[in-house]
Amino acid sequence: MTTLGLRRWAWIHKWSSLVCTLFMLLLCVTGLPLIFHHEIGHLLGTEVEAPEMAADTPIASMDDVLAAAHARHPELMVRFVSRDADETALWFVNLAEKADSEDSKSVAVDARTAEVLAEPKFDEGFMYIMFKLHVDLFAGLPGKLFLGLMGMLLVIAIISGVVLYAPFMRKLDFGTVRRKRSNRLKWLDLHNLLGIVTLVWALAVGATGVINTWADLVIKYWQYDQMAQMIAPYKGMAPPEKFGSLEKAVQAATKLESDMSLGFIAFPGSLFSSPHHYAVFMRGNEPLTARLFKPVLVDAVTGEVTDSRDLPWYVTALLVSQPLHFGDYGGMPLQILWAVLDILTIVVLWSGLVLWWRRRKQDVVVTLREAEPESEAIPAMAKESA
Amino acid sequence: MKGQRSLWQIFMWPTVLGLMTLIGLLSALVADGMWDGLSWLMLLVPVAIGVARGWFVRT
Repeated sequence: MTTLGLRRWAWIHKWSSLVCTLFMLLLCVTGLPLIFHHEIGHLLGTEVEAPEMAADTPIASMDDVLAAAHARHPELMVRFVSRDADETALWFVNLAEKADSEDSKSVAVDARTAEVLAEPKFDEGFMYIMFKLHVDLFAGLPGKLFLGLMGMLLVIAIISGVVLYAPFMRKLDFGTVRRKRSNRLKWLDLHNLLGIVTLVWALAVGATGVINTWADLVIKYWQYDQMAQMIAPYKGMAPPEKFGSLEKAVQAATKLESDMSLGFIAFPGSLFSSPHHYAVFMRGNEPLTARLFKPVLVDAVTGEVTDSRDLPWYVTALLVSQPLHFGDYGGMPLQILWAVLDILTIVVLWSGLVLWWRRRKQDVVVTLREAEPESEAIPAMAKESA
Repeated sequence: MKGQRSLWQIFMWPTVLGLMTLIGLLSALVADGMWDGLSWLMLLVPVAIGVARGWFVRT
């Protein structure tokens, strides 16, 4: 690498890292508990759990589930009914004043008895603070997009870091950490070693994190693009005042997509549906397809299926990028590896900050010369050139 | 070892570990069971090398 090239890449690495480092440290620290949010919820007792029942216990009608939840908050509109992929005995009914209200209530209903089990609060407590700091800094969509921008800088910092790895390692074996020479060399070697071993993971988690910050926009575009086509026949019609049976709608959807499972249902007038439909989102049964949804639109009055189509590529990309960011797709061992990689990344960020602070006015060419194994020669050289 | 290393020598181990990470990230996504196990093994290697060389192995 030429001296000019080295200086340019060092400039890119320095500034892309400096701007995003503090936010990345925040994201790594808040992301750590989020990796284990289910387990922590379990420990704190905030996780709702369905009582044990025989596997062949008949399940309740969706109309009864809905009625039980709505009776808790008759003044609110039901927006969504959803369940976790791995817990089919529990429905979460989301209610709010309006389709786009920030505040909402969540009622957990037993899928077999249609009894209300709890009203979990998702908008308070330690995990909620971690979540909001991680996702949008309590600043809504602008906060998300800002963090997305920081994520893009991280990707630039990683790539420029790989380029700089070569000149700094040209006289060292892979994995060398010089502990005895000086504190600074130890930090530099650690930064290079941990940066390069976490490289692909950090790129994957960084890039998928950036994609996730666009989720709201992607959904908006999907509504404009696909939903508008699906509900075109209803254009100009007044929304129905009374809705028909939810159970009938769910049965119509599951009959159409009999090899899929029910994921969630969006209610007429809510964010993921039209004023005229129950939008029943079906999911696959394989690890990957369970992340993907197929919307089945059911007329909310007649209970007939009116349209169904696969998700477009951009929603598929968003949904596939989520597990790669969360690390929630390979059991507890994967979660633990995710946590260790996260901590190693914190060390990379911190050591980078320390290295910059101590040599912030120094030319990278001198920094590189100092870092090379033969640097004992430097004082003499410096004297000669003086 | 003295002297300059070629780009290939510098990036050989990073490439191997990067490919292992990639296999680790993708295999658990594709299927469960054995594929999860492969994922854990593949991701464990770069993590273990980072921790071992970073804090435990004297060089």
